[in-house]
Amino acid sequence: MSLRRALLTTRRILQQLRHDPRTIGLLLLVPSALVGLLAWSLTNDPGAFDSIGPRLLGVFPLVVMFLVTSVITLRERSVGTLERLFTLPLTKAEFVAGYAIAFGALAIVQSFLVSVLSYTWYGLAHQGVPWRISVVALCAGLLGTAFGLALSATAHSEFQAVQFMPAFILPQLLLCGLILPVSQLPSALRLLADVLPMTAAVHAIAPFQSNWYYVSQFAIMVGYILVALIVGATTLRRTTK
Amino acid sequence: MEASSQSTFEVDDLRVERQGNEILRSISFRAAPGELIGLLGPSGSGKTTLMRSLLGVQALTSGSVKVLQSAVGSASLRGRIGYMAQGSAIYLDLTVEENLEYFAGVLRLAAMEVERVMAVVALTSFAGRLASSLSGGEQTRLSLAIALLGSPPALILDEPTVGLDPILRRDLWRTFEELARAGTTVLVSSHVLDEAAHCARLLLLRNGALLFDDSPAQLLAAAGATSYDVAFERLIEGVA
Ligand SMILES: Nc1ncnc2c1ncn2[C@@H]1O[C@H](COP(=O)(O)OP(=O)(O)OP(=O)(O)O)[C@@H](O)[C@H]1O
Ligand SMILES: [Mg+2]
Repeated sequence: MSLRRALLTTRRILQQLRHDPRTIGLLLLVPSALVGLLAWSLTNDPGAFDSIGPRLLGVFPLVVMFLVTSVITLRERSVGTLERLFTLPLTKAEFVAGYAIAFGALAIVQSFLVSVLSYTWYGLAHQGVPWRISVVALCAGLLGTAFGLALSATAHSEFQAVQFMPAFILPQLLLCGLILPVSQLPSALRLLADVLPMTAAVHAIAPFQSNWYYVSQFAIMVGYILVALIVGATTLRRTTK
Repeated sequence: MEASSQSTFEVDDLRVERQGNEILRSISFRAAPGELIGLLGPSGSGKTTLMRSLLGVQALTSGSVKVLQSAVGSASLRGRIGYMAQGSAIYLDLTVEENLEYFAGVLRLAAMEVERVMAVVALTSFAGRLASSLSGGEQTRLSLAIALLGSPPALILDEPTVGLDPILRRDLWRTFEELARAGTTVLVSSHVLDEAAHCARLLLLRNGALLFDDSPAQLLAAAGATSYDVAFERLIEGVA
């Protein structure tokens, strides 16, 4: 794998986004705006934002990055640039790494923005450590990117990807502890919820847990990111049947 | 052409099935360096599939394909075949120059090469324009420019002149002829029959089978026609 070709791909993706301010807005501003909207809507219930807000910091980046990554990489297939790249000396790993680095960088900016705004303007008084929340938001963004890449490698059309999105996201939203703490779920669902990537993001934000607990939640997220990236790189096919 | 170690393309009994349909039926041909070959055939006859088979992006059902003396699909061939797909296969949200810079970077080419190919397709004055703001013909030329990057020894161009005006078409055919004279093997598919006259050799596909492989003059003779349109019709409809 050549880092040079991966980074060239990263630069190309960022150039594409630079010409597309709406997508940049979606990536960087929408998660911050949504968390702000939540804070505002909970003004009359003191303490509510402090408990719900941080959990959403683990959810929004995942969803937004997942949507944007899968649409952009699928477009690359439908307009034929992916096929052109497959006739050139760019490996699948370089292609996937290029995307992961580009969106990883955006996830850093996104997570920084949303955490800073939450702790200042939105008045978040969470007992958790701010840096941990930023890292969770970053991991969540990377999770979204990695799963978006894996999905678009296996989907055959943009439409198929759009069909996958709710199937991938909505069950996780229900089970990740956003609505009801995972510990109060029926035991079968709890087993499932405990291994979902979004649950790990929500858990890693919770305050007052042991170090071991945080390490294991981060390990789950990193594991999912790596597995999804490898799946994305290996299931991309240079040839079509 | 008999020295097979010299062939740019060596296709033997190539068959391709897609979703249970036979798309290419036992295609065999060879192409030598410096040949300018026209690939003709009605819509759906398999021109794009044949070209994609030569590029290693189409799964082959059986038969053998060698390009530049290597088995098709081998990593050493990547970047050595310039490809222009039927759809323009460019990044619409990048400028002309950014498109070319990315592909040139992947191919490890100097910045001068970007200038050169922009000039070949007469897009130099559009360097800073977003590809999405180009006309259809301009997008086609950008796609062609990407295929020309690095002067690869083989060029596979899928309907490169669609949507272009006669003057630009003439200029592009001159470019193809020059490239072939310099030793590049150029395979061009086309719907415009008059363009056949530019090629020293024509391949005619019908229903996935190679119906004809000879010079344009022979095409006219075989069909007993005086115009390429008529000759094409007669051969395709099996009248000749
Ligand atoms: N993805 C696919 N799956 C199954 N069959 C396909 C697929 N793509 C093309 N075909 C079929 O393969 C045949 C040959 O298609 P191909 O695109 O090679 O034709 P073509 O000669 O390039 O046509 P055109 O001049 O319209 O571009 C057609 O009958 C087409 O319907
Ligand atoms: Mg075609």
